[in-house]
Amino acid sequence: MTESSPPIVEMRGISLAFPGVKALQDVDFRLFPGEVHALMGENGAGKSTLIKTLTGVHTPDSGSVLLAGESVAFSSPGQAQQAGISTVYQEVNLCANLTVAENILLGREPRKFGGIDFPAMRARAAEVLARIGVHIDPASVLETHPIAVQQLVAIARAIAVDCRVLVLDEPTSSLDAGEVAELFRIMRVLRDEGVAILFVSHFLDQVYEIADRMTVLRNGTLVGEHLTKDLDRRALISAMIGRELGALEAIEDASERHSVSGPVLVRAEGLGRRGAIAPFDLDIRAGEVVGLAGLLGSGRTELARLLFGADKADSGRLIVDGTPLHLRGPRSAIAAGIAFCSEDRKGEGLVADLSIRDNLVLAMQAARGWSRPVPRKLKDQLVEKYLAALDIRPANPDALVRTLSGGNQQKVLLARWLVTEPRLLILDEPTRGIDIGAKAQIQQLVTTLAAEGTAVLFISAEMEEVVRIADRIVVLRDRHKIAELDGGSTIDQVVELIAGDPVPEEVAS
Amino acid sequence: MKNRLLWPGIALVALLLLNLVVTPSFFALRIQDGHLYGGLVDVLKNGAPTLLIAIGMTLVIATRGIDLSVGAVAAIAAAVTCVHIGTSPDIGTALVGMAIALVLCAALGLWNGFLVAGLGIQPIIATLVLMTAGRGIAMLVTEGQIITVNNDAYRQVGAGFVVLPISILISLAVLGLVALATRKTALGMLIEAVGVNPEASRLAGVRARTIIWTVYVFAAVCAGIAGLMISSNVSAADANSNGLWIEMDAILAVVIGGTSLAGGRYSLAGTLLGAMIIQTLTTTVYTIGVATEVTLVFKAVVVITVCLIQSPKARAALSFRKVAVS
Repeated sequence: MTESSPPIVEMRGISLAFPGVKALQDVDFRLFPGEVHALMGENGAGKSTLIKTLTGVHTPDSGSVLLAGESVAFSSPGQAQQAGISTVYQEVNLCANLTVAENILLGREPRKFGGIDFPAMRARAAEVLARIGVHIDPASVLETHPIAVQQLVAIARAIAVDCRVLVLDEPTSSLDAGEVAELFRIMRVLRDEGVAILFVSHFLDQVYEIADRMTVLRNGTLVGEHLTKDLDRRALISAMIGRELGALEAIEDASERHSVSGPVLVRAEGLGRRGAIAPFDLDIRAGEVVGLAGLLGSGRTELARLLFGADKADSGRLIVDGTPLHLRGPRSAIAAGIAFCSEDRKGEGLVADLSIRDNLVLAMQAARGWSRPVPRKLKDQLVEKYLAALDIRPANPDALVRTLSGGNQQKVLLARWLVTEPRLLILDEPTRGIDIGAKAQIQQLVTTLAAEGTAVLFISAEMEEVVRIADRIVVLRDRHKIAELDGGSTIDQVVELIAGDPVPEEVAS
Repeated sequence: MKNRLLWPGIALVALLLLNLVVTPSFFALRIQDGHLYGGLVDVLKNGAPTLLIAIGMTLVIATRGIDLSVGAVAAIAAAVTCVHIGTSPDIGTALVGMAIALVLCAALGLWNGFLVAGLGIQPIIATLVLMTAGRGIAMLVTEGQIITVNNDAYRQVGAGFVVLPISILISLAVLGLVALATRKTALGMLIEAVGVNPEASRLAGVRARTIIWTVYVFAAVCAGIAGLMISSNVSAADANSNGLWIEMDAILAVVIGGTSLAGGRYSLAGTLLGAMIIQTLTTTVYTIGVATEVTLVFKAVVVITVCLIQSPKARAALSFRKVAVS
């Protein structure tokens, strides 16, 4: 962190508009060599857009970008990379079917006799991996590694070239604590080598641990640039959400737990699918929030998909309202009042090239069949209601969902199911990769829905969140349901169960 | 939406004007025996089969698919009808023959749909099967002969007039019906949803398979009717040449009309423009007397030009004042 030296990157007066959205308005930004600079803001604040402007994905409508004092205008990420700006995005953008070495050196393979020199390529890849302390076989195929390792490979690819600026766009959202520590170690090594690192994360703890300086955006405008040590959390959060923190605390207090003793709405008896989740029993009552806790790969999503009929169960049965329900697919689950928000928003959730309006009514329309379109008037009412209720931005029903930020996309997906007035709402990682403001809104929504009698199955990798919001917690480990806990339980209890060696007897709630 | 149709529209007008310059009488219309004749009418009449197939193709492409078998299906429809009619001059025989042919085409569409939606085979491969096998089937039906018929009722489909050529009236009617059926109901939105993201649509409860299956059946029926027009126009079925390469013209018409091959948003009006551009182009080749050996090159140049002016990147590169509009 050397403010005396000139900034490596300087962006001045950047403005950029998408159809119906002013993504950035007159934003200034600077980045010094040898610092970790956090870009902070809520969903839709313009963080990703600013990064994409820097890396040549978007061309700004006005404003200038200076790299090492010289004005640049990249028209593609490739050009930005040649100039020394490497980017690692939130989603791993690598070729899953190629080897680790091929991914790291794709497009700049060492050559010999006009062909690719594979031994040299593997050696070079191993060198790069060693530099960041990752020890995997460069000849192994990328998709055989867990996401966390793939993320590190993406970083290895980014630093394999002479890299002066490294952009990390939410690299930690799918990593566990140990992996994050590893990533931070790597970031410090690179920073001390003089690389300027631009870091985006929604985890405040991480930002305060690693960042030297932060720039805060809100609604596409610059709020301020501060040294981390000069800005405490309370002030940061206020700057990000533009309102006093008291409001946020009120939301947290509102999500009180209560034990529910209503009739059982959905009951799974020995439901299971080979290779996905071992047969389990589960009761979900109307008005109850059931949390699913477990590590990545413990079978959380697989369990949810069985309840929704997205995958077919090969054992057991599902009983809704006391009558067995044969799930032939999502349609029969939807007909029974079950809704499922997938964790994979882009792949399995939204229809990116359609408008907010079309996405909102998609499930309702699908249930009605093509020949009975949702009347225009009802459509407008629903859209208006949910745009306001969930605070979706931009509040323009014709905006394409593709142009929305992650948090707003999540809200659109939620709204699609709320429109169908489900009796059981399955939320798989509804708050992943979105900021605290939207997170609090979604948590509050869950509480409100439960109070109105909707059953909610809440899945999250953040145990804190599960413990806080759930009336009852189901703990999964290695694709087995291992326990059920009361809502009053602590994170320690959950962690103990997950970490515990022998599979304990089921703890009755 | 308007913008998407602007360039194809300009291209069509430019082609028509070129014809006017070369043949001053090109736009002249005259009425003879209550029928409308003229250069423009010829374009409409000859473009009717391509338009019809392109309508079916538009919906298939909107679901992320493609149907290469339409030309072969058209040949089968022509062959079956003409073989059934034989030497009969009966209107009844003609109607039954056409009905049999179209039912058969629907069955062929079911087959394509089965391969794509049922078995999950890539559309380009799945329909390639019928593209090659279909010509063989048509050859079997005609026993390798060109089947000529002499049936007035059948002649009407491709060569008849009710002021305008009956063939273009059929195509336009189908276009109107499809526009109504997809835009006044939710079918269009569901087709687009399936095209943009099939898995998300399935999880939202959309009957993605049924929709995909339906568009292939529809495309095959369109191809069948187009095949009837083509063979009726010359009162003969030729398994080798009926509808040959028409799938390429239809795909081109759809793409020129602004519907992306990646699926999703589609434009029927764009397809209409696209089909008319293709047909006008063919007509132009004859009217301005392009030598036969350079015909394909001439067509290619025009098509490349149209595609280039539709590409935002190419337009930006050609334009001198950048970003002046926004």
